[in-house]
Amino acid sequence: MLRIENLHATVADKPILKGLSLAINAGEIHAIMGPNGAGKSTLSYVLGGRPGYEVIEGSATFEGQDLLDMEPHERAAAGLFLGFQYPVEIPGVSNVQFLREALNAQRKARGQDPLSGGEFLKVAREKAGLLKMDMDMLKRPVNVGFSGGEKKRNEMVQMGILDPKLAILDETDSGLDIDALRTVGDGINAIMRRPDKAVLLITHYQRLLDYVQPDFVHVLAGGRIVKSGGPELALELEREGYAEIAA
Amino acid sequence: MTALPNRRDEAWRYSDIDAVAAAWPLPAPENIVVPAGGDFMRAIVQDAGDIHQIELVLGKGATASLHVLNIGGAYGRIELAVTLHEGADFNLGAAQIGGGEQNLEIVTTVTHAEPGATSRQMVRSVLGGTATGTYLGKVAVARDAQQTDSEQDVKAMLLDRSATANAKPELEIFADDVKCAHGCAIGELDAMSLYYLQSRGLPSAEAKKILLQAFVAGVFDGAEDEAHLRELALAKLGELV
Repeated sequence: MLRIENLHATVADKPILKGLSLAINAGEIHAIMGPNGAGKSTLSYVLGGRPGYEVIEGSATFEGQDLLDMEPHERAAAGLFLGFQYPVEIPGVSNVQFLREALNAQRKARGQDPLSGGEFLKVAREKAGLLKMDMDMLKRPVNVGFSGGEKKRNEMVQMGILDPKLAILDETDSGLDIDALRTVGDGINAIMRRPDKAVLLITHYQRLLDYVQPDFVHVLAGGRIVKSGGPELALELEREGYAEIAA
Repeated sequence: MTALPNRRDEAWRYSDIDAVAAAWPLPAPENIVVPAGGDFMRAIVQDAGDIHQIELVLGKGATASLHVLNIGGAYGRIELAVTLHEGADFNLGAAQIGGGEQNLEIVTTVTHAEPGATSRQMVRSVLGGTATGTYLGKVAVARDAQQTDSEQDVKAMLLDRSATANAKPELEIFADDVKCAHGCAIGELDAMSLYYLQSRGLPSAEAKKILLQAFVAGVFDGAEDEAHLRELALAKLGELV
């Protein structure tokens, strides 16, 4: 599904990714762990097409298409979802209004008919329920006045509504209390754990992986993947620390 | 005004003087008097490159609510001279949206002539290309006009670095027990908000339109033809993004 080869990327001319390679197949859940400054968020933004994140070498393909050649909205329509580490607050723009427009823009790009207001609300209600989020919150302006945990749950509701093939979740577990962590973990499993979907979890800690069991765990350090393994690698990291493993 | 204004006249400093000369002499300003206790409402859509001049007098305890959409022509100007008598209440919600080489202006003088009157002005400008948008707003409070409460809330959004916004809230206060607030900000669309919307599947133009719609939202609240004004504003925003 996603194939990254020898990716080099800079932010403000500073090299961050230095030859990163990774392949994710449908049905797999991958976790990338690593110390601060390793390039974890840069990887998610490069894949999501954020302006200012420049690829200088290497390639990334999504279902055979050149991902790096696509605009952010084209990546979304192709089935990529980026869960933000810091979801943006947008005053004056209602969650449901923009999500419906976004979903219908994606559907249009894929040659599908738009969802009516009623059809959309039905989907939105179902996904909000899954994440234990009040429908009233979904009607409020995007993330405005939301707590850290509510913002992350809102990201997952958006993921549920947009129904991507591949979700890249950048520290979705940060800022969550124990109960919210379980809700978000259950949400990820319900929405994304399917044979035709895949997830890339970016996280500092083992705790999210207790709820969302990864098939593969990778250690990112110095802009490259320095070690890969099964779920046991995450436990090893938690026990030994990055310094030991990444050395 | 009998003589053609020039750029030394403060109220015409950013105007397209050639366009003004072409329209000269201007017809007499429209005069509106709202009698004591009266209630007045009007929406003004400037979409053909006109100069509108309105003199509005509110009698004791009268209220007036004006909604302005300034979008059309190479040069469009809306000029309001408002006089408030005791306890009157004036509300202005205005949006000016321009692209290309448009020059759009809203010029207001609100005179609190007697005590206890209130005035609220909310103005939003969205400017692209090499367009210029100007708001000159003077609030004058007479010596006896105690307990005046006035507010000017002025914001402009530049879509291109080549566009220009001028904003000058101005206070002239002769009373000593008044509340006159004014705020003014000029900015650009937030890059992170834009990227966030795009990452969810909205093409850049659609994402910008949503953010700009939110930016001007509010100015038409309570207008008689609120939905129609919003629609016109949205269509104009669609041309700019």
